[in-house]
Amino acid sequence: MNRVAVTGQGLVCALGNTVAEGWARLIAGECRILPMKDPGSPPYKFRNGAEAWDFKPLDHFTEKDLVMLERFALLAVVAAREAVAQSGIRFEGDLSDRSAVITGSSVGGQFTEEEGYIRLYRENNPRVTPLTIPRTMANAGASRISLEFGIHGPAYTVATACSSSNHALGQAFWMVRNGQITAAIAGGSEAVFAEGLLRAWEAMRVVAPDVCRPFSADRKGLSLGEGAGMLVLENWNHARARGAAILGEVIGFGMSSDAHHITQPCVEGPAKAMDWAIRDADISPDQVDYINAHGTGTLANDVTETQAIRTVLGKRADSVLVSSTKSMHGHTLGAAGAIEAVACLLALKHGIVPPTVNFTARDPACDLNVIANEARTAQMQIALSNTFAFGGLNATLVLKGSED
Amino acid sequence: MPEQVEDALAEKVIRVIAHTQRIPPESVSLDSTFEALKIDSLDGINIVFELEKEFNIEIPDDGVQNLRSVRDTVEGVRTLVRSKDQAAPSGAA
Repeated sequence: MNRVAVTGQGLVCALGNTVAEGWARLIAGECRILPMKDPGSPPYKFRNGAEAWDFKPLDHFTEKDLVMLERFALLAVVAAREAVAQSGIRFEGDLSDRSAVITGSSVGGQFTEEEGYIRLYRENNPRVTPLTIPRTMANAGASRISLEFGIHGPAYTVATACSSSNHALGQAFWMVRNGQITAAIAGGSEAVFAEGLLRAWEAMRVVAPDVCRPFSADRKGLSLGEGAGMLVLENWNHARARGAAILGEVIGFGMSSDAHHITQPCVEGPAKAMDWAIRDADISPDQVDYINAHGTGTLANDVTETQAIRTVLGKRADSVLVSSTKSMHGHTLGAAGAIEAVACLLALKHGIVPPTVNFTARDPACDLNVIANEARTAQMQIALSNTFAFGGLNATLVLKGSED
Repeated sequence: MPEQVEDALAEKVIRVIAHTQRIPPESVSLDSTFEALKIDSLDGINIVFELEKEFNIEIPDDGVQNLRSVRDTVEGVRTLVRSKDQAAPSGAA
């Protein structure tokens, strides 16, 4: 089995347009869940969201590109460009056939679909744009990335709601580890601030009226966010041979299905995913230093996740460092795992745990070592990154800091 | 007259619950618990959505989380309908 190095990272979300901008805000504990640009008419029951505030498509793309690509795909491409540039990898010759693009997106392009419905049902105009299909397809970002970098190997998109990008990263990791591919651009993206989608989230009554407060006693739900995270995963020896800087390592992945309820979480499923990931990494639970929790801030998730962590980590659960960075960049749904994997790798590299902000009071039902409101320095080697999705689909990555 | 209206209200709530759950209305009584009717939290949100439409009311999130039975639901809806009627300008339908 091959070791799997991370040689590039890309990030664009409410925290900023680059990994460096994002990290600065993560360790500053800056909540970027702010009043939405469009508050809705009538107003949504939640006023805040974590939009990619500083993202200006024309800074990165031509007008023609914007005709072809929706926001979720644009975000994916920008994050992939940053990751590839940092990696210095060039997908040429055999490597282009032995590399993959695997992305996650919960719903793909919603804006074009909604515009089409407005034409059809409000304006009684049956002429919807012929670009509806290529703009909305969930693989639009993956396809554009493969086109842009000339990658001819496997390219596809995983849609497993909030676990999408952890499933994408996990599959890419296994493929590199097993030797089926040499490198991959993997991660995910989501652009949720489309009116129909926001109304659907509103109807589910899981969005906090103000901001999400993961693991805090007074939490009232999640905060929606948009963005993208991408990693370049690479065969360790290949990365070493070309002199690439190794930013960290993916060492394990596990997944499970609750088979319990379509939206209600349970303890067993997430515990199985974490347990599998730890066994896949061939480590013991005592070696886990930090958990970037799924930590959505809903009443149900944070309690069941606490119990799942206790089930898997046993005594270690008393001391393992836990935070939910969703308190700063929002719940980015299909991009969550990728953005949080970037946060984990940076935490391991710098020895700093990004905090759970907006935290006001401990909840006895969430009795973990939650790093509240301010970042903390800590020596860490290994982190878990959890994602649990509606539909009961769980995926956990195990990440290790760089030895460089 | 209030008695009649209130009975009608309970019947309407029961009809909405039955329709949403796709079960016969006669299987739902005021004394039924959500647990007995196999109504889980997602079903509850769906029922509340339909009740808001039926009665033209807005049910707060806190209220939704406390619903455990048909009687709770009927009384909750009754309170909201009354306060809406009181808030309406005199002469309004």
